[in-house]
Amino acid sequence: MLKLPIYLDNNATTPLDPRVLEAMMPYLTEVFGNAASRNHPFGWAAEEAVDYAREQIASLINCDPKEIIFTSGATESDNLGIKGVFEMYAQKGNHIITATTEHKAVLDTCKHIEKLGGRVTYLPVNEEGLISLADLEAAMTPQTVLVTIMYGNNETGTIQPIREIAAIAHKHGALFMTDGTQAVGKIPVDVIADGIDLMAFTAHKMYGPKGVGALYVRRKNPRVKVTAQMDGGGHERGMRSGTLNVPGIVGLGKACELARLEMAADTARLSALRDKLERELLTLEESYVNGSREHRLPHVTNISFKYVEGEGLMMGVKDLAVSSGSACTSASLEPSYVLKALGLSDDLAHSSLRFGLSRFTTEEQIDYAINHVKEAVTKLREMSPLWEMFKEGIDLSKIEWAEH
Amino acid sequence: MAYSDKVIDHYSNPRNVGTLDKSKKNVGTGLVGAPECGDVMRLQIEVDETTNTITDAKFKTFGCGSAIASSSLATEWLKGKTVDEALAIDNMEIVEELALPPVKIHCSVLAEDAIKSAINDYRVKNGMPALEESKSHH
Repeated sequence: MLKLPIYLDNNATTPLDPRVLEAMMPYLTEVFGNAASRNHPFGWAAEEAVDYAREQIASLINCDPKEIIFTSGATESDNLGIKGVFEMYAQKGNHIITATTEHKAVLDTCKHIEKLGGRVTYLPVNEEGLISLADLEAAMTPQTVLVTIMYGNNETGTIQPIREIAAIAHKHGALFMTDGTQAVGKIPVDVIADGIDLMAFTAHKMYGPKGVGALYVRRKNPRVKVTAQMDGGGHERGMRSGTLNVPGIVGLGKACELARLEMAADTARLSALRDKLERELLTLEESYVNGSREHRLPHVTNISFKYVEGEGLMMGVKDLAVSSGSACTSASLEPSYVLKALGLSDDLAHSSLRFGLSRFTTEEQIDYAINHVKEAVTKLREMSPLWEMFKEGIDLSKIEWAEH
Repeated sequence: MAYSDKVIDHYSNPRNVGTLDKSKKNVGTGLVGAPECGDVMRLQIEVDETTNTITDAKFKTFGCGSAIASSSLATEWLKGKTVDEALAIDNMEIVEELALPPVKIHCSVLAEDAIKSAINDYRVKNGMPALEESKSHH
């Protein structure tokens, strides 16, 4: 029997893989030691588990285990990377380059940097959600210390040309950081080949637990350092103080190991399901995929259904747990800034749904989702005066609406 | 956001969805709202000119569940009322009936505007003076 509602919001968070939970259990129970306790077996066991997790993570992203700094999640990693570089390299310059479609953890951190007297360039994106390399090149200055561009976008799945971006940053003597939250564990990410100097990622987007993430910080060619944003016992080579979350770290390690072993199979299966979902939903007239279809994470699609209002649509697809381009949980109905940056009008941004599939998504669930969305969109359009006017050939942009 | 049972009922089983022939002299049409704001309501009434009674009402709405429910409820209330009675419908009655939360009050305001706009269209079509804006909501 199909259990409702169906969870298709895996860009928000993924369920914990039972194998990850199993790996974590001993560290939530009998192996409770503090990894920083150097003088008894309880501490040694915890430290050993953390070191093993570092190796599991390092194998996934092709780095040295010592280059992993554990944090509470990607938001903290983004903060530590950006603020840490800004402070550490203040002698060199005060300019940071990012993009308008970044996650708030990056954008709001950059806003903070501006308050501290830093200068930030926010690169625009094209209708596919990609930045222009020429824009990046033009924005680079001798004062640029950091270029931070996300790997895969959380709303559309659009993958930026990471290697080319890294090369431009390096050519001008700047560091390159990426928010790899949605990409790590989903597609091959290789910090050496990609030229990444710092990378934020988190466990709970790849079937690990919430509350644990990491910042990759390159140790050679060049040796990168960040100023600690959390002061205390000097853990994590002095870059992030605080007792390590041993069970969480073990979970992140196990999640990375599973991702490394199963990525190819997961990708093949999920992209086929995603393509089926997308193909079927695009049979609805006036439906559009948002973001690049060529450069995209394999498990994500974001589709707008014109002439249907977003909040009404969310109510109509109540059997699905999905995200909409409207932040309609708050009092104000704000369309997604990411979709707006792609050039979507407010109404198209509002009427979008984001589907994020996971390792646990089944074909039966996708088939149900297809029918459910089709029914909801069709029903709402039958009820929509805009759809009727569109069908009569009336140009809606020529109407003088009574704005309210 | 949690919707009331009545909103869910109107959303799931909307009453009187449809279109009346706007070329008919005894049909009044009101189109209010704007796509960028996320709500557009079209409400139509058909009036028996001898009794001044609304014999039919239809709506189509682009909007959230509360907007759909407000217009659906409005058409239910309009049928059988005289035009003057219809003019007296206040948005707060819709708020109460549907238990709309404060952030959704604008949906009821839009429904009231749609009613007034449809009546106005009917009046103008039949040689009566247009109504003055009795309330300013905006």
